[in-house]
Amino acid sequence: MNPGFSILALIVLMGAVGAMTLRNLVHCALSLAVTFAGLAGLYLALGAEFVGLAQVLVYIGAVAILIVFAILLTRPLDTAQARPFSATWVAGLAVALIVFGVLSMAIHRSGVGADRVALSGGVTVREIGDLLMTWYVVPLEVVGLLLTVALIGAVIIALREEAPRAEDAAGDGPGKGIGKEKEPGHREP
Amino acid sequence: MNGMREAADQIFVNAKHWLVEWMPPALQPLSSILLSVSAIVSVFALLFAITTIVERKGLGRFQNRLGPNRVGPFGWLQPVADGLKTLTKEDVVPRAADRLVHFLAPLALVVPVFLAFSVLPIGRNMAAIDLDAGLLFFFAVGASSELAVFMAGWSSRNKYSLLGAMRAIAQMISYEVPLIVSSLTVVMMAGTLSLVEIVRVQADFWHGLPQWHVFTPWGLAGFLLFFVAATAESNRSPFDIPEGESEIIAGYYLEYSGFKFALFFLGEYLGLFAVSALAVTLFLGGWSAPVSLLAWLPSWFWFFAKLCALIAVLIWVRATLPRLRMDQLMRFAWTFMLPMALINLVVAAVWHYVGGGLAGWLIGAVLLAVPYVGLGLLLGRPGGFRKRTYRFAD
Repeated sequence: MNPGFSILALIVLMGAVGAMTLRNLVHCALSLAVTFAGLAGLYLALGAEFVGLAQVLVYIGAVAILIVFAILLTRPLDTAQARPFSATWVAGLAVALIVFGVLSMAIHRSGVGADRVALSGGVTVREIGDLLMTWYVVPLEVVGLLLTVALIGAVIIALREEAPRAEDAAGDGPGKGIGKEKEPGHREP
Repeated sequence: MNGMREAADQIFVNAKHWLVEWMPPALQPLSSILLSVSAIVSVFALLFAITTIVERKGLGRFQNRLGPNRVGPFGWLQPVADGLKTLTKEDVVPRAADRLVHFLAPLALVVPVFLAFSVLPIGRNMAAIDLDAGLLFFFAVGASSELAVFMAGWSSRNKYSLLGAMRAIAQMISYEVPLIVSSLTVVMMAGTLSLVEIVRVQADFWHGLPQWHVFTPWGLAGFLLFFVAATAESNRSPFDIPEGESEIIAGYYLEYSGFKFALFFLGEYLGLFAVSALAVTLFLGGWSAPVSLLAWLPSWFWFFAKLCALIAVLIWVRATLPRLRMDQLMRFAWTFMLPMALINLVVAAVWHYVGGGLAGWLIGAVLLAVPYVGLGLLLGRPGGFRKRTYRFAD
């Protein structure tokens, strides 16, 4: 085992343990970002340049930000929790074990790793692009369509909430300003 | 003559090779890395110092005042005094702050920004690493600075800081989309993500004239879109609402003092240089000379000349335009920048199939001008910019 792999694996594991055990939810999210960075490092060390950089771009640049935004928008600013274990940790553990079992079985059966091909000098981005645009073009388009539908759906769900608010504001008419400004946020559902 | 030109062009490359060869063989890879890193760190930090004084003096001129003029001849040593001041100032951390995250945030901002310079070709044979996916690397490290902004804003336990961080992140995520989409046109046409290759594609001359991407319809539109998005991405005026000093004082780095504040300042300006340098690389021909008559000047000179020109334009824009409001900012990104960037992809594809020339120019101009005017009329119509009702603040 080479030292680079050991260091990166240690970073990944420590980040994951931190994400599980830290008291403060934002600390957990930042710790998870460390795990993402470590995974990206592992991909880069394996010569998968495109996957490693896409991991940084998507997971650190978007997913981690999404998680901290979700935490901040749904909870009070002081996010410290009393205990790292929730009341339903046994059920959570069971679900995690089942998911792990199903995934590892699926990977084991799919025969990945059985036909190992020696790669010379890693895969270039051009080859990945060629494959995505020819052999895998249908899955790519389906995934793109699915994500676009999800995006539009999210926007529609977010818009629906505003419709009664707009009527409400219009119905209030003039002269609403001063009294309301004194207690901000109270009228929010 | 040719030999001298070659020597001046490659002077830094040769100097590095000479220094590395002088090392024992076991230390050669390490010393090569260290030399490249220290060159990037020192040159761009120096450029940061020069830019601060040029910007302060320039803004002074724009606003009809003198600007800094006390330290050294005509005030040109002001950056030295500023640097000493920030180094010796007390480092104040709020008692309620999350100390570890508060400490890590400036580092998490500055380190990725320095990493971004490693893939930029500063001159001929002068990229620290020639990555196959260089452009992707640049955007990946750029995206990781958003988390640093969040760390700074959240850990300060100050509502202005948190508001500033939220604004900054929302803005950076929104403008990242047109930034990446507008640079995709170059990737489509050059057929590579390697920044070294992208410059090489543009470096040849056609009858003594340059073949930069900016001299095509998709390149011109792409450059303008990229430059506007880059201004927003680096939180520069007129998109500097995340640090609007009149409303949220300084945004996410409000609770930072001393050298940590200087690191934020450094990170912000280095991000500006990096994204301007990327604009130079993608659209303005990188290190290549503007006309073949001037190709005798070294390649690194042209790179820095173009970079400084872009920085000067940004200072000029900052002094000229008023700050946008938050909702105007978002609206501009999603209803104007993004559609134009997507249309620009189509223009690039048409240019590719028509094969350039006059027909390509005509079709490209029509394809770009019609939506430009249409979107402008649609968004600027009466009632298009009506009074905003705020959901969480009215």
